[in-house]
Amino acid sequence: MKKLIPFLLAVCLPASALLAQDATPAASAAPSEVEEDVVGTLDNDARIAIPAFATNADVPTQTSAGTTSTLGFQVANVIFGNLRNNGLFKPTGPSSLPRPALSQVQAPDYGGWRGRGADMLVQGYVRAEPNGNITVGCYLYDVALGQQRAKAGWTVPPGEWRRAAHKCADMVYSQLSGENPFFDSRIAYIAETGPKNRRMKRLAIMDSDGANHRYLTTGQATALTPRYSPDYKSILYLSYFNGQPRIYIYDLTTDRQRLLLQSQHPLFAPRWSPDGKWILYSMAIGGNTDIYKMPSAGGNPIKLTDAPGIDIGGSFSPDGTRIVFESDRSGSQQVYVMNADGTGQKRISFFGGRAATPEWSPRGDQIAFTHIAGNFRIAVMSPSGGSLRYLTDSWQDEAPTWAPNGRVIQFFRTTRNSGKTGLWQVDLTGKNERKLDTPVDGSDPAWGPLRP
Amino acid sequence: MNTRLAMTLLVASGLALSACAKKAPEMLPPEPGGVTPSQTTGGDSTAPVPGSQADFVAQMMGQDTIYFDTDRFNIDATDQAALAAQAAWLGRYPAKRITIEGHADERGTREYNLALGERRANAAKNYLVSLGIDAARITTVSHGKEKPVALGSDEASWAQNRRAVTVTID
Repeated sequence: MKKLIPFLLAVCLPASALLAQDATPAASAAPSEVEEDVVGTLDNDARIAIPAFATNADVPTQTSAGTTSTLGFQVANVIFGNLRNNGLFKPTGPSSLPRPALSQVQAPDYGGWRGRGADMLVQGYVRAEPNGNITVGCYLYDVALGQQRAKAGWTVPPGEWRRAAHKCADMVYSQLSGENPFFDSRIAYIAETGPKNRRMKRLAIMDSDGANHRYLTTGQATALTPRYSPDYKSILYLSYFNGQPRIYIYDLTTDRQRLLLQSQHPLFAPRWSPDGKWILYSMAIGGNTDIYKMPSAGGNPIKLTDAPGIDIGGSFSPDGTRIVFESDRSGSQQVYVMNADGTGQKRISFFGGRAATPEWSPRGDQIAFTHIAGNFRIAVMSPSGGSLRYLTDSWQDEAPTWAPNGRVIQFFRTTRNSGKTGLWQVDLTGKNERKLDTPVDGSDPAWGPLRP
Repeated sequence: MNTRLAMTLLVASGLALSACAKKAPEMLPPEPGGVTPSQTTGGDSTAPVPGSQADFVAQMMGQDTIYFDTDRFNIDATDQAALAAQAAWLGRYPAKRITIEGHADERGTREYNLALGERRANAAKNYLVSLGIDAARITTVSHGKEKPVALGSDEASWAQNRRAVTVTID
């Protein structure tokens, strides 16, 4: 059982009352319902100092990072990477900062940090437990005010030390942005190699920052369109394992896979419901593709669409009551919404061009999709089809997937002519766009929820 | 509108191209799956064995493949002629089974293109059935945009990639 063990820091500071007081941070702009408020609330140029974490004793650990001292540096570096890579903050990492002593972790040298131009300070400690586990304490200080903003700690198995760093980065991100956390999450995607006409496509997984990367399939059979189950125990994906496109469930606890269901017909576009109890998929019969759902525990599929043409790519609303999908019943790909039982099908995209690959935000307030009008661009709209907003502008961007907090989107970008693909990330302002580091080319990113 | 002319030209160039294109790597492994080594088509000196995939490719002279307009899956007159030629060959070898591989160009989203390729393969299948070929002899498979033959990102390449390829199972 891999689980993070959170604990309240034993050494309580007199400022513990401050925690409650600080629980409602700067973002006073009311959350959601108005779709437009997402732009701007994330603007935050806080200069954050993240020195190496201190330790009570420099002893060997069973982690990949080495001793508690090097681990303290690595933990700070992971936090630094998390906060730097979403473009909202101006963090400085441990390689260019002095390392505080353990005694300073709860009594920061505010004057010294002010002198370095820091607005915020993230520091902490690592400690090796007798059973091999690692304890990480994480503190956020407002340097200007000379006050502690937040603190938390976690005890993790040695192999999971990076999760503690992600949790710390999540705490800082939430405190400073007013948004929900998302760093402690994982991504499934398709790793691609080889020339355009003989591309090898393998199922792969990694942490949200690219660490702990692992290939799950060999590439002998083409793999496409993975989706993590909400509990991270399995992955739905499409494979040509038997020469035909079928949906498989890869069990991550046993590293075995099985067909989702036996079918003489091609199956595409597998999706989980947010509670993991249902699976959506599409099946083509005689060239006509429709969307079905079935209980993930097994049982009879229910056909949700029956329009002539291609109905594909469903995505549940976070409360599970509605499904957004694409259909070409009007003559070209457009985005539709229906109730989870298939009733009330209604087109919502009227922007000209084509609209494809809709994904409902985990917050419920937006639908991300691919808008095709000449170029392929990632865009968002409201669930009623209003407020179109482009987030990217490139030759071919497609297949958006939401971060667990509904504030960041990943997608894949294809390069003209070469056909090379890469995973990219953009926030909802559209301003902070970057390519993810993957060992080889990547496509079809699927972001899982915050880890349990 | 001269798209028809353009299409005819493209099909013609497709003919010329597919005459030298190697078809073997596109072949789907036979039903039970697994990886079969790609078969080698007969050398230049020896004529293909009658009724083999190599024979089919040689006889069809490019008509083993039909082409589609963007987002379309209808069988036009050129396609009808190609499928009639395929049907005639299949009529000579009634024990042969075929797989029709449907493809799309890269200018579509991945999942939609999988469904679109299936729709195109089915359109070809239905036409062959209408010509009297037993449906039980025909399977379809879509590769969406995953297996292009023309590698450019331009109209001419896309036109070659929007296709349904008939492959006989040896």
